[in-house]
Amino acid sequence: MAIENISVTGRSPESFSLQQKAFLFIGFLGLFLALISVFNQLENNTLGWMLLSIALMSLGIIGYARELYKAKEPGIKNDNVFFKSLTNRGIWAYALGIFLTGFYVVLYFYPAYLGLNDNTENTGLIAFFDPLSNWLSGNPASQWFVYGVFYTLAVLLFGIKFLWKYKNNKYQRIRTFSVLFFQLGFAFLIPEFMARLNSDKFALPYYDLKNIWPLNYYNFEQYRVDEFISAGGVGVALLVFGVLSILVITPFLTYKYGKRWYCSWVCGCGGLAETAGDSFRHLSDKSIKSWKIERWMVHLVTVFVVIMTMAVVSSYLGYESEKYWLSQPVFLVGSSVLLILIYAWVLIYRKDSFNKDALLAGGGFLLAILILVGLHLLGWTQNLFFIEAEPLRSSYGFLIGSIFSGVIGTGFYPILGNRVWCRFGCPMAAILGFQQRLFSKFRITTNGGQCISCGNCSVYCEMGIDVRAYAQKGENIVRSSCVGCGICASVCPRGVLKLENESPKNRLNENEILLGNDIDLKQYTK
Amino acid sequence: MRAQEHIVIIGNGIAGTTLARHLRKNSNKKISLISDESPYFFSRTALMYVYMGHMKWKHLQPYEASFWKKNKIELIQKRVRAVETDSNRLIFQDQTSITYNQLVLATGSIPKKFGWPGQELRGVQGLYSKQDLELLEQQAPSNQVCKRAVIVGGGLIGVELAEMLHSRNIPVTFLVREKQFWNTILPEHSASLITNHILNHGIDLKRSTELKSILPSSQNRVKSILTKDQEEEIKCDLVGLTTGVQPNIEFVKPSKIETDTGILIDAYFKTNVSNVYAIGDCAERNYSLGYRPKVESVWYTGRIMGETLAQTLCGNPTTYTPGHWFNSAKFFAIEYQTYGWVFSTPKKGNVHFYWKHENEEKAIEIEYEQSTGKFLGINTFGIRLRHEFFNEVLNKNRTADYVIQHLSKANFDPEFFASYENQIQKKWQQDSNLHTN
Repeated sequence: MAIENISVTGRSPESFSLQQKAFLFIGFLGLFLALISVFNQLENNTLGWMLLSIALMSLGIIGYARELYKAKEPGIKNDNVFFKSLTNRGIWAYALGIFLTGFYVVLYFYPAYLGLNDNTENTGLIAFFDPLSNWLSGNPASQWFVYGVFYTLAVLLFGIKFLWKYKNNKYQRIRTFSVLFFQLGFAFLIPEFMARLNSDKFALPYYDLKNIWPLNYYNFEQYRVDEFISAGGVGVALLVFGVLSILVITPFLTYKYGKRWYCSWVCGCGGLAETAGDSFRHLSDKSIKSWKIERWMVHLVTVFVVIMTMAVVSSYLGYESEKYWLSQPVFLVGSSVLLILIYAWVLIYRKDSFNKDALLAGGGFLLAILILVGLHLLGWTQNLFFIEAEPLRSSYGFLIGSIFSGVIGTGFYPILGNRVWCRFGCPMAAILGFQQRLFSKFRITTNGGQCISCGNCSVYCEMGIDVRAYAQKGENIVRSSCVGCGICASVCPRGVLKLENESPKNRLNENEILLGNDIDLKQYTK
Repeated sequence: MRAQEHIVIIGNGIAGTTLARHLRKNSNKKISLISDESPYFFSRTALMYVYMGHMKWKHLQPYEASFWKKNKIELIQKRVRAVETDSNRLIFQDQTSITYNQLVLATGSIPKKFGWPGQELRGVQGLYSKQDLELLEQQAPSNQVCKRAVIVGGGLIGVELAEMLHSRNIPVTFLVREKQFWNTILPEHSASLITNHILNHGIDLKRSTELKSILPSSQNRVKSILTKDQEEEIKCDLVGLTTGVQPNIEFVKPSKIETDTGILIDAYFKTNVSNVYAIGDCAERNYSLGYRPKVESVWYTGRIMGETLAQTLCGNPTTYTPGHWFNSAKFFAIEYQTYGWVFSTPKKGNVHFYWKHENEEKAIEIEYEQSTGKFLGINTFGIRLRHEFFNEVLNKNRTADYVIQHLSKANFDPEFFASYENQIQKKWQQDSNLHTN
């Protein structure tokens, strides 16, 4: 028998215990209740049915996780990962992938099937959640509220599973409490409560405070900015906070702790990936080829969001220049200067950190933006980027906001791994990664000569970083894509990896010979 | 124009592969890397994770297939039958041959067997090579096929094999000659810490027990084993022989290359034949070097030998100068690291300091010189320590007291982990009060 087949047979040497089967049944029963509500089968006492459905799903997941981890000794819980159909791209993985993808397609493009009706009351699944929404915000539910409930439930319930799985690892536990807190509080509850403050005279847009531009690509759209400003002091403060988040808070915290402060401690996408997506982290592709695709793709999305945002903001500044102190020329010149400063700083101080193609591509995009801004300011072009802002905005929302981050990013968890969106698509991750690679104290230190090249670190890196390639050379891992989840350090059997914030000096260390070998190479180079 | 020098390396393990990589870094010589076991270099230390389902086979290979082409390292998947040093030629099993200018033997080891009756039966195997892993998958795919396994020999491979079988819920009886697991290396306290840990995982660890013979079934398969003293018969479907390894040099013995336990080499890894070298755990030093054994079967020494020999072959004659001893292992969930030398019983003039956490499986043990307090080595269990720190401590001949006072600098555990420095320092203080009173 060829050894290549050992781990791809989809055969599970461990079958479910009776208790596990019972909890799986209970969980699926809860999901089933939610599903049949789509067909308006549970119209009497929807509150009761909804509570029952959520309770069953929670009991199912928590009970199953408890059964899975309660008896286990401390240690790494990755036994049989590559034997199970669900976690090794077997039939169950594809089934789940299709179900999730289908859910996202319906959610984004056909919410009517979920029961969202024009001008009449909700029906189906959305009506199912009306009582909860009314209780929280005083409004009926929308498809986004339903999505928020499922999302938060997934983070909470699978977060509990994760906490048990890593019960002996304090870093993992604290980090998980943090993502649970931010998802439940900032993403779910606070915006609902904020909605309660709204009245005829005062209204704030729905605002998840930790959702920072450019991940929150719509934060500076006209309707939101109008609402912020018309809400007076509080609104303006929130708007200022939104700008400071990306320009001040983000670089400061990334300098101190690396981008992990956001990506694996705060972010909602990261939160779902680290909890519900944890079982799929090993599916990320580690090949050099996918790294090449990654660096182009994620940065192209970033260029796209910058162009789109500049176009959108300047379009409404252009129409109502007397309303805001910020006029279109001031905004466009200011943005251009910021981009020039960043690029100049790279050329002067960090040129060595870049490959030539990256410098050329960055310079090319900058030049193109500057020329287009110049032509527009001179009045030679009607639209800033040749096309109107609105189609730019809507195509970004469709391609990136819906298809990439939702349908593919989450729907493909069981096939491509749990961080596809974060790795290939998220412009926020690209900006934080830029900061992390170029000015941060964060790195993953390797422990002298202890690495045995086993590869656990690389396999379980959700971002597809070949951690072993660094560890076996005794090099620190300083990669823009690293989200600092710390799993590589957890699964390392020899205590080789440690996430650290230290002086930025000597952060990038390259040695020909590892610690433990006392040969003197200086003599050789003479 | 002088013909390009051709360096042929037999064995693509960590020693041979590191050598090939460094040769390429420093020269444009023609490099051929021969292995019958597997076309590509893989991490032998991670074989266990494939059986346990943590990884797939392809994950064990640190370099993509394109790496070898890009670096112009020729890979030959054949078995060498004979070495003809007079004509600088290797004869393969398929009767083809290859000539070399310089030959490097990096053939690794094979499991050691002690001539037990029945050791060649089906169902009896070691765990060293890719083929051993394939065999294990055949013999012990599940606890229905393999109702019980017996492991003989309490070393690092033995405990790995126990963990592997445990992951598939196969009951394991583990025969260990010593009073405690790994007692020849670990001092009493820590050996019993690991022993209890293994027992707590449901492994039937039989101490002070040796194998007498392996009994066959009618199909010439293993049926059971007999232990030496009690003559206890234990029924089993698999016998794992993990009583150590020995250099894989059978095919070298008929040649003019001198061997003893391994291929004999000097400090430059040179054999008695001038253009033939040996590195890794097939080699045996013909001189002693501190407390290091003459055949070193450790992952990182293979790497160091490869790094060093590459210098010599690229025109910078360099002797083997491994720094301070270090190593690591994992016993089920307990991580173990060691820096410097800690012996199972302290060497003359030395003493041990031992601290163990009250209820958790965490401990450290330090060996130091009694008269001067000079730090000699540390074993750590369940607490990660920093290699760089101890390298400097050993370079600068620091005292054990210095190490105890600077433990926070030595710590390599993840952020937010509990630290035990205060407890350890308190115990150190108590112990030294005892000594002075």
